[in-house]
Amino acid sequence: MTNVHTPLLEIRNLHAVIEEDGTEILKGIDLKILPGEVHAIMGPNGSGKSTLAHVLSGRPGYVVTQGTARFQGMDLLAMPAETRAREGIFLAFQYPVEIPGVSNTYFLRTAVNTVRKHRGQPELDAIDFLALLDEKAKLVKMEEALLNRSVNEGFSGGEKKRNEVLQMAILDPKLAILDETDSGLDIDALRVAASGVNALRDGVRGMLVITHYQRLLDYIIPDYVHVLSDGKIVKSGDKNLAKELEAKGYSWIEKEPPPATASTVAGALAR
Amino acid sequence: MSDAVLDRLTRQEYPHGFVTDIDTDVIPAGLSEDVVRLISKKKGEPEWLLDWRLKAYRHWLTMTEPKWARVTYPPIDYQKIVYYAAPKSSVEGAPKSLDAVEPELLAMYEKLGVPLKEREILAGVAVDAVIDSVSVATTFKEKLGSLGIIFCSFSEAVREHPDLVKKYLGSVVPSSDNFFAALNSAVFSDGSFCFIPKGVRCPMELSTYFRINQADTGQFERTLIVAEQGARVSYLEGCTAPKRDTNQLHAAVVELVALDDAQIKYSTVQNWYPGDREGKGGIYNFVTKRGKCAGRNSRISWTQVETGSAITWKYPSCILLGDNSVGEFYSVALANNYQQADTGTKMIHIGKNTHSTIVSKGISAGHGQNTYRGAVTILKNAEGARNYSQCDSLLIGDQCGAHTFPYIEVKNSSATLEHEASTSKIGEDQLFYCMQRGISAEDAVSLIVNGFAKRVLKELPMEFAVEAQKLLGVSLEGSVG
Repeated sequence: MTNVHTPLLEIRNLHAVIEEDGTEILKGIDLKILPGEVHAIMGPNGSGKSTLAHVLSGRPGYVVTQGTARFQGMDLLAMPAETRAREGIFLAFQYPVEIPGVSNTYFLRTAVNTVRKHRGQPELDAIDFLALLDEKAKLVKMEEALLNRSVNEGFSGGEKKRNEVLQMAILDPKLAILDETDSGLDIDALRVAASGVNALRDGVRGMLVITHYQRLLDYIIPDYVHVLSDGKIVKSGDKNLAKELEAKGYSWIEKEPPPATASTVAGALAR
Repeated sequence: MSDAVLDRLTRQEYPHGFVTDIDTDVIPAGLSEDVVRLISKKKGEPEWLLDWRLKAYRHWLTMTEPKWARVTYPPIDYQKIVYYAAPKSSVEGAPKSLDAVEPELLAMYEKLGVPLKEREILAGVAVDAVIDSVSVATTFKEKLGSLGIIFCSFSEAVREHPDLVKKYLGSVVPSSDNFFAALNSAVFSDGSFCFIPKGVRCPMELSTYFRINQADTGQFERTLIVAEQGARVSYLEGCTAPKRDTNQLHAAVVELVALDDAQIKYSTVQNWYPGDREGKGGIYNFVTKRGKCAGRNSRISWTQVETGSAITWKYPSCILLGDNSVGEFYSVALANNYQQADTGTKMIHIGKNTHSTIVSKGISAGHGQNTYRGAVTILKNAEGARNYSQCDSLLIGDQCGAHTFPYIEVKNSSATLEHEASTSKIGEDQLFYCMQRGISAEDAVSLIVNGFAKRVLKELPMEFAVEAQKLLGVSLEGSVG
């Protein structure tokens, strides 16, 4: 909306199945995100929200059977997961993974230098990296002690999610996908994580915020809200749609006939 | 996806697999009393040592190969092994200085990353280089000598310091100890000898670099380290061998003796040729290592990074005889492709208030089988003994195995023992998490494995820790599939 760039992300008729048993989870997703836009995907459990995040970030275990996904005009689905990350897709995990014995700082520096190398930027030496880390850690109120501990090992739920936001701040992605960043957080932890995310809204970076509950969207205010049900986007609207959902429950959407509302959200959806 | 990557990662080429063309003095294959006599004669040994060898040989004849380890291999024909091979230039006795060492030999060590000359000048590490059956060079001898430290080849120690050798040889690992130790005692050809006199702290790392070059030879070296009252020493050994289709036997013995208040730190980075991807060839590494904390407040610490060999059978152990003595064992063992490792330790608590720590990290990939086997024994008089054991296994892929056999025997009720164990698998989750941050699968595996082994790697002397880290990464190349 803010400008007429190439879409950051353009998904058309995306179908995906679970590799192991062939169960179809995504049944024709259309979505367009322009630079600077924040889109929220809401939906009941099992609607395919997390699967969408996984398929876009290249997690193994899924097969795309139909449709396309283009990232800045490139064929996203043809790229291996690490290339997607290096090109600027970041996934904040719903369940961040522990890596015992590997310090958070070392992990981050390895990651950031891999990404910088890919972008043709010089690698950061230890001193420059620590300066960057210091700056970004303040953004998400991350204590220094956590930086020296092993990646996510023994972190509380809130610390893990803050760590995800810290990684996002440091890797400076073009499109950030937040997979249920609010799950397992109390309200204070949620505020801290959300303020970190908001600090990274710069009018250029795109965001796809996946959540079950509306409350996250009180803190990260989206430009568009889409409701996912049974592998399809069944309703799209602005931030008020989230509030309406909260009031009426998902059953309200599921009872309605397939919507024609997509066209009312100009520019937000793929044609 | 990750399977394909793991697969690629474990498909590594062994970088030390070359053969060096050196004029070598080799005796015919086979073992008999005459061969034992011949080896002793070639080395110009005194009568007592020949008698010691013969006694060991006669005892060996009555023994059978141990079968309790969780390893399988075809029967070894001991008559097909060559028990003595030496570069010709060194037959006349070890060279007096590095200048007298054959250029081909120096070049070989250079290629292995052990530049004897450079190390002498730059790194401050004293090196004893052992090829096939003999020691070819020892650096820094004079400097160490001024402190009263003896660091030389075993043969030289027999010639120059017979009383010390006689006193301590076999005092920790008797010649009749086990099948492979008895064999070694009969035919050992060389090795390293270190003696740190009372009150002296050795100012530099001592290290021995072992290299098998000749085909069909066995390598049977002995290392003996004695630290007198209050002495301290840190010692490191490294090992490589050429790639060959046949298996080669390496049966070494290491004995450590620590007197009152003495400390010995013994580190191993073992990278013998592990065999190819189908399990063909490779070294049988059947080694007996044991340290005796003979004195009060003494400490012996074993650290090992075992990435090579087709089969590893070794249990660096500590006899905690002196009161308040401390034994430590830190181990990373990696079994990839068809490698088999059965390794661990024995901590024998005899003195009062003796403490021991065991940290074992086993990594299995490909079809590798990794076994931790450890025994903690607290004897009747070991009042207040303590042991802490931690055994962790990491699995990469679904064709490998990890096995743990901890034995505990306690005869004193005041003892405290703790045992922790875990088994984990490099998960798709961990790999994907790293890759989603832009890190390649290869780098991710190396990162995860090094994180897993960190507790042990940090026990290594600094300059070798970096080497060991790289080695773990390289040894797993091709393992992510």
